[in-house]
Amino acid sequence: MLTEHAKVMKALAAAGEIAGRKKLQKMIYIAKKLDFPFYEKFDFHFYGPYSEELTCRIEELCALGFLHEVKEKKSGYMQYRYTLTEAGEQFLRHYDWDMPGLAECMQAMNEQNARFLELVSTVLYFEHLPKDEVKEKIAVLKSKQRYTEEEIEEAYAYIDALRNRCHNKTRV
Amino acid sequence: MYSGGQLDEEKVFKDPVHRYIHVRDKVIWDLIGTKEFQRLRRIKQLGTTYLTFHGAEHSRFNHSLGVYEIIRRIIDDVFVGRDHWDHSERLLCLCAALLHDLGHGPFSHSFEKVFRLDHEDFTQAIILGDTEVNAALREVGDDFPQKVAEVIAKTYPNKLVVSLISSQIDADRMDYLLRDAYYTGVSYGYFDMERILRVMRPREDQVVIKRSGMHAVEDYIMSRYQMYWQVYFHPVTRSAEVILTKILHRAKKLYEEGYRFQTKPVHFLSFFAGNVPLGDYLALDEAVILFYFQQWQYERDPILSDLCQRFVRRRLFKYTEFHPTNEQMAKLIELTGLFKKAGIDPDYYLVVDSSSDLPYDFYRPGEEGERLPIYLLMPNGELRELSRESVLVDAISGKRRTDHKLYFPADFLEDLSTKRTVKKKIMEILKG
Repeated sequence: MLTEHAKVMKALAAAGEIAGRKKLQKMIYIAKKLDFPFYEKFDFHFYGPYSEELTCRIEELCALGFLHEVKEKKSGYMQYRYTLTEAGEQFLRHYDWDMPGLAECMQAMNEQNARFLELVSTVLYFEHLPKDEVKEKIAVLKSKQRYTEEEIEEAYAYIDALRNRCHNKTRV
Repeated sequence: MYSGGQLDEEKVFKDPVHRYIHVRDKVIWDLIGTKEFQRLRRIKQLGTTYLTFHGAEHSRFNHSLGVYEIIRRIIDDVFVGRDHWDHSERLLCLCAALLHDLGHGPFSHSFEKVFRLDHEDFTQAIILGDTEVNAALREVGDDFPQKVAEVIAKTYPNKLVVSLISSQIDADRMDYLLRDAYYTGVSYGYFDMERILRVMRPREDQVVIKRSGMHAVEDYIMSRYQMYWQVYFHPVTRSAEVILTKILHRAKKLYEEGYRFQTKPVHFLSFFAGNVPLGDYLALDEAVILFYFQQWQYERDPILSDLCQRFVRRRLFKYTEFHPTNEQMAKLIELTGLFKKAGIDPDYYLVVDSSSDLPYDFYRPGEEGERLPIYLLMPNGELRELSRESVLVDAISGKRRTDHKLYFPADFLEDLSTKRTVKKKIMEILKG
């Protein structure tokens, strides 16, 4: 019971601190696309893949005192930072399964900025399409972000590297 | 270019929410007549809610027509001739509005959870596949089905068009709030939609609301808030949903274990296998599901039989508030052990249900780059996020709104006369 909550907490425990809801959303989406067993439903939104279900889950975990949320003012907007609390760590002890490879993956993603993860998650969202069409989609749908050809290539290389890193994981 | 355009005379549907739904475009009329769209008559809009609010028998068909009508009024009465609005997108918007829920399955929320499906994938498959809907859309143009599919998937380049169908204040939400309030009979889902439509303005990337219409939007946000707690998140509806989910899990498990069903789950086989062809998906509606539940009441497997009886006869699980802190989790683990001792399988009869398990949400302004909030268009042309202007919206959007409940079969526990000690311990924990 509450397994899906526990999975999100495992991801946060592995990442340490995540700065920004957008970043958190993209990290879980990317992990899901890499076949980690996250079952939150994602839709394509203005800023790329987004899950309302995940937003609610995070809100629940904060309300239960398992996640610590810090709201801070950035130039003109609010940003939220998340860390696992001691109570959260204690809660996770009820779950003796692991998601091998997830920790490395989350840590690697956490080193990237939200803009790049938005690009990576968008590439993954359209990965069923040929590369040229993906580039076209990014040019049209993400025109305001002005992603360059190099950044898109970098995103593809990053996805390959992440996939290799998580290659031998098992499922929960 | 599509020339089949208009019907000889306008068709109208009587509708209890919008009074009349007007159809002038031939493609809309043709789409309504397709077998894939007619199937939506057999899918209830609110799933198991009819077991709580007996009037909630309305279908996805009604709702889809309603969303179409709202979009038609926005485009034809408010947007036409305004800056940022490209009137050549009119037909695309209308078709996307009409078809936005086309892929919903029976009791789709539970179904999607159990079988790891997404109705939006099936919406795409119906629009792009070898279907009557696809044939009707192709009458407009070869690339038209693809465009409609993109609007519904929110990946169409014109974001204004997407935001009409899907945003924090879109035609979908406005119709289901009003419609669900009407059919459930509750009095708190209403708001002044006509006023909101009048103050909507097209912008490059999204629809915004004139500042003068803020109070109408506040009313809409409050309706959304009230409907969430009073209807969508009603604990009795959730109990029925919990049982429905457990029936599907049980049937799948029995099938995988080679159990010999008296009524074989023929319509479920591809769902159990995890590979569902479109034809199988479309063949399964709520009438079919309820037929199986009716029959499975008499299966030899006591769990499947009991769960189906509970659903069909509305003998639902009871619930208690459950705040899954570490202390409560320890009690839950103890409770699980006690259920096993009592001979009640906790995998089917002890269930925690959380607010995040539901497909409905509140308005949240969120943070920059998370998702688009509702913007007010100020008299000086500036855009301001709604909760920054409205004290009322700010007050309700800043609160934590979560809920967890623990569901269990109270009647089973009452019957534990031969296991008094176990029963006593269980009751002590459940009563807190």
